[in-house]
Amino acid sequence: MPKSWEALRASTIIDQFKDVRGGLLPALHALQEEFGFVDDSAIPVLATAFNQTSADVFGVITYYHDFKRTRPGRYTIKVCRGEACQAMGAEELIADIKRRLKVEVGAKTADGEFSLDQVFCLGNCALSPAVMVDHTLYGRVSADRMDKICKGLRA
Amino acid sequence: MSHITIYVPNDSAARSVGAEDVADAIVTESAKRNIEIKLIRNGTRGMLWLEPLVEVATPLGRVAYGPVDVSDVTGLFEAGFLTGGSHKLSHGLTDQMEWLKNQDRVTFCRLGITDPLNPDDYAANGGLDGLKKALTLSAHDIIAEVTHSGLRGRGGAASSTGNKWKSVRNEHAEEKFICCNADEGDSGTYADRMVMEDDPFMLLEGMAIAGIAVGATQGYIYLRSEYIQAKEHLEAAISLATERNWIGAHILGSTHSFFVEVRVGAGSYVCGEQTAMLESLEGKRGIVRAQPPALTQVGLWGKPTVVNNVLTLATVPVILAKGAAFYKAYGVGHSHGTQSFQLAGNIRQGGLVEKAFGISLNDLIHQFGGGTATGRPVRAVQVGGPLGAYLPVKHLDVSGDYESIDAINGIMGHGGIVVFDDTVDMVKQAQFAMEFCVEESCGKCTPCRIGSVRGMEILDDLLAGDDVEANLILLQDVCDVMVDGSLCGMGRSTPLPVQSAMDHFREDFNRPAAKRRVA
Repeated sequence: MPKSWEALRASTIIDQFKDVRGGLLPALHALQEEFGFVDDSAIPVLATAFNQTSADVFGVITYYHDFKRTRPGRYTIKVCRGEACQAMGAEELIADIKRRLKVEVGAKTADGEFSLDQVFCLGNCALSPAVMVDHTLYGRVSADRMDKICKGLRA
Repeated sequence: MSHITIYVPNDSAARSVGAEDVADAIVTESAKRNIEIKLIRNGTRGMLWLEPLVEVATPLGRVAYGPVDVSDVTGLFEAGFLTGGSHKLSHGLTDQMEWLKNQDRVTFCRLGITDPLNPDDYAANGGLDGLKKALTLSAHDIIAEVTHSGLRGRGGAASSTGNKWKSVRNEHAEEKFICCNADEGDSGTYADRMVMEDDPFMLLEGMAIAGIAVGATQGYIYLRSEYIQAKEHLEAAISLATERNWIGAHILGSTHSFFVEVRVGAGSYVCGEQTAMLESLEGKRGIVRAQPPALTQVGLWGKPTVVNNVLTLATVPVILAKGAAFYKAYGVGHSHGTQSFQLAGNIRQGGLVEKAFGISLNDLIHQFGGGTATGRPVRAVQVGGPLGAYLPVKHLDVSGDYESIDAINGIMGHGGIVVFDDTVDMVKQAQFAMEFCVEESCGKCTPCRIGSVRGMEILDDLLAGDDVEANLILLQDVCDVMVDGSLCGMGRSTPLPVQSAMDHFREDFNRPAAKRRVA
């Protein structure tokens, strides 16, 4: 589970990448891996480290779907909406998840347990529909299997 | 008898349907029975519908069982599967299975046979032959070999790989780069993932050969962030290959050096476009660059750069090892060699079919794929990813090669084939194509940024059944502007699935709104 934001720890992480060519993205990934999101307070620190303006850094963070500016749920569910998964009922699956967890795409559940995101391909297109929960990939996910996965994580 | 060797794939698709649990269950069960086994975590054989596919080594060859569930494991032991005993999940000798036997596994010659992270296994199965050969040739001769093989960019652009390398070779610069595009974002494609998870050394070998050929010493693999296991395998392979001196300083004792680093994307589809990919590698927003100058002249950090897809680079070693003529003998017309077709979506037997260009889509879908998973009739097939056309059944006898698919206004792209049954609503698929572009457009050029939003709105009206004739004309107009006015393939090709839906599935646009299914 991601830790809460610590400015000092964030600076230490950023420092490790400041001499890496094109190091901004690796630094952002490292921050996100540690905290689950990139706090806005890191923007000026990143800007100094990579010799860019804060606006540039803000632009990069907001451009990419992966980078979050607020704390996500304890688990992040990514449901694939690519065509291969649609052909096997991904739209119905995502509707079912929204109904059961009472959450919208791009938001997190009221209890902070789950964030729900849509993605457009997890590379598991022969075993559709596919879902990824944090770093674990699932294939042939029925609504019931998804429900079991969520209940298993909550337990 | 000494120990028995059992194979359980460590591929993420196999794991997504329980390969880990099956592997654990086999270990537990054999311990319980006091049987000594050697468990090898191989790559997938590409028969994804049979995953988890367990294989047992017997004196006659490897025998396959699948799809194995944890609950099947005890039964398999009881049926004597350790000696290849018969069981309802048995498929006999793996190599004799029709689905595999009828393929041309050239690039993927080791797929599922080896342990992806065992360098000895790699070298014992033809790995490294290409690199060793390359080290005996001049740069000119390496490039000539690749050019003569007819290898074309497997990412979708299909331009000559040899010519691209030659352009970079001819540039004079302090630094040059090999950038491997591993941002495999097209729905319906997973062949790059398989290269990286299931045979990663061949990608490193291909990149090293490219580096030697063009005079580059640094390579980057730009990997999409969704491919978590591919990242683990690549990084492990890089460190193993460096230990063996297959990459790094003075490769295999030669004067050539080549270093490889993995860089992870951040969930942007357009970063699979080569100029956007380089921007992203430089740590910027993944915004498309206008060309010229060509990347072969002004690429990564302004230096001459080869950008090749994973499959392209992974195919280079076998071309060097076996010669241009060997590779060129496969295929038809100007489409030389093999294509890694990926069967996906609503398909009974989904998986990787590597076959010489020229096999018909029908044969791929029916002979290999076994028709739809739902058992309903095939209605639409999207070839070449989300920017590819939806083809109707009447076009499926088309030969699977670049030129033939182009001729019916489709694209081969990265070789993904996504099958839909007759419940598909093509107006919704057309709208999804526009929605995808709204989500993924980099925003640099107006036709793509605004056109996709307008397209979605018009398709909202069409879904509601409003003013169908006028809205179809308007939609066509938006498509034309996007095709003619966009900077890169994202805006130029988004209209392709939309137009193909209008051309081939016109009846769906006339369906009353009340008759549409809602998710």
